[in-house]
Amino acid sequence: MPISSLNFRAAILSLTLLIVGLLIWEAAIPAQKAVGELTEYELLTGGGQPKAGVPPPSQVIAKAWEQLSDPFYDAGPNDKGIGIQIGYSIYRVLVGYALAAIIAIPLGFLIGMSPLAYKALNPFIQVLRPISPLAWMPLALFVIQDSEASAIFVIFICSIWPMLINTAFGVAGVREDWVNVARTHELNPLKTAFTVILPAAAPTILTGMRISIGIAWLVIVAAEMLVGGTGIGYYVWNEWNNLDLTSVIFSILMIGVVGMGLDAALGFVQRAVSYAE
Amino acid sequence: MKPFLSVENLTQRYPDGAGGELTVFEDATFGVEKGEFVVILGHSGCGKSTIMNILAGLSDPTSGVVIMDGTEVKGPSLDRGVVFQNYSLLPWLSTLKNVTFGVSARHPEWSKAQVIEHSTKYLAMVGLEGDVIHRKPSQLSGGMRQRVSIARAFANHPKLLLLDEPFGALDALTRGTIQDELLKIWGGTEQTVFMITHDIDEAILLADRILLMTNGPYARVAESVEITIPRPRNRTEIIEHPNYYAIRNHLVTFLGKRSKEMAGQQTGEGSNRPTPVRIDKTEPEEPEQAPPALRAVNE
Ligand SMILES: Nc1ncnc2c1ncn2[C@@H]1O[C@H](COP(=O)(O)OP(=O)(O)OP(=O)(O)O)[C@@H](O)[C@H]1O
Ligand SMILES: [Mg+2]
Repeated sequence: MPISSLNFRAAILSLTLLIVGLLIWEAAIPAQKAVGELTEYELLTGGGQPKAGVPPPSQVIAKAWEQLSDPFYDAGPNDKGIGIQIGYSIYRVLVGYALAAIIAIPLGFLIGMSPLAYKALNPFIQVLRPISPLAWMPLALFVIQDSEASAIFVIFICSIWPMLINTAFGVAGVREDWVNVARTHELNPLKTAFTVILPAAAPTILTGMRISIGIAWLVIVAAEMLVGGTGIGYYVWNEWNNLDLTSVIFSILMIGVVGMGLDAALGFVQRAVSYAE
Repeated sequence: MKPFLSVENLTQRYPDGAGGELTVFEDATFGVEKGEFVVILGHSGCGKSTIMNILAGLSDPTSGVVIMDGTEVKGPSLDRGVVFQNYSLLPWLSTLKNVTFGVSARHPEWSKAQVIEHSTKYLAMVGLEGDVIHRKPSQLSGGMRQRVSIARAFANHPKLLLLDEPFGALDALTRGTIQDELLKIWGGTEQTVFMITHDIDEAILLADRILLMTNGPYARVAESVEITIPRPRNRTEIIEHPNYYAIRNHLVTFLGKRSKEMAGQQTGEGSNRPTPVRIDKTEPEEPEQAPPALRAVNE
């Protein structure tokens, strides 16, 4: 790769920013004082308790190394490897998301194709969409009586709207010329939907699906903090209760990395279905 | 005996946006014979595309009927192939798949190999061979895209082929080549073609008969001009034919002057069939060949 290439220069800049950031962070954390040097006042106010402050990056990196070298250990309900916790979260997100897609995409098709369905369903969508998914949690827990299913329901309800709206929008916006091609070839409605409308609307639908997966991943952390038990959200909360800030920071980073992975996966599908006119 | 395609008292009105009505054309009546190549010429907005969409079955007229081969046209059909001005290729499919899309709709019983073979043959006829056919429409030039669209339509052997300004977006050189290709494929079939164009020379080159429309609103199909130049025709040779300029002048005068003068003019009951016009300078022994009524119109 030539040194002058934009990607190369950007990579150098990113790396520099990372190193400078980490160094500033490391330098900004005062070294932990040994117990012997503490004043009486500090001892009384609890300032001497070990590891109550923000940890330096070196500790976080050490933690990451420790956790990632054995991500799937399981030593009881409050001590599971990061891999298991993330696995639970991804599982809930994917189940809730898949259920949402199964409903949102056909329903979006209907709304996009039929002005009547659009007008009839629009008021419901407009009212339901702005509701914070977590606001559903108490109702979900009461009705479903199961914390696992309630978390999945919350994911379902938050990922359905972008998919529904984008599908409807994409389907309604399919060029009339393409529909006319289907009509002059006497395609039946089902064949038209699958061979013309779906491929034509796919890029817009995928945009909605990509927004949805992002929202679902944001929401699962909060939902798991509420329902507890397992998952990365619960893990963060649990480590905070343990005052293990090193683990908290490490899991925050992991949340970011997994979210990026989910988005990249859908981004890949989106590129595969996109077309140039 | 009715012609192959019979358009009877076709009227199209639209709401004019101010509470009233806009009559695009009224009682248009004309016929097209089997195997005939008919071109319709008229100013922008006179309702050519509207007529074509009705013939295709893509939209319904306010009143009137279209009868093809003894049955009334209701809705689109594989028997009427359409080439749209903007090509209307499906951009997510390759060139070949755009054609197989049509062929497999026409022949659902064919094997995949048969469909591909047939499609490749028609693509080759319009000069698309080799790697090109695996490219997406966005990777083709405008002229190539229109060729694909023509191949898709011809490959299905529709009883009637409808072309809405198929070369409108092309430059003059490409236009010329594709006109030649169109003539070549058409020559090998008994295809009935109905085509819209703005280009007078294109119309003379391709048509057996040209229908002339007056300006809208209340547009009419006023004349039906026979092109008395023998086939096979060739762009460089037809201009030397004695009838060429005579016909061309007639068309230019119509579009330049008379289409405006005749606009909105009602010709009374039952006289909405286009006046037949035949101009032939190669028959000097019969100078009064054209009917007297026509001569009056000509002045
Ligand atoms: N859906 C519609 N609603 C109202 N008016 C319409 C509609 N479609 C067409 N028109 C009107 O009908 C007239 C004829 O339109 P049309 O598209 O058939 O013209 P055209 O002869 O094909 O013109 P061009 O050569 O520019 O393509 C125009 O005046 C147009 O405004
Ligand atoms: Mg038009």
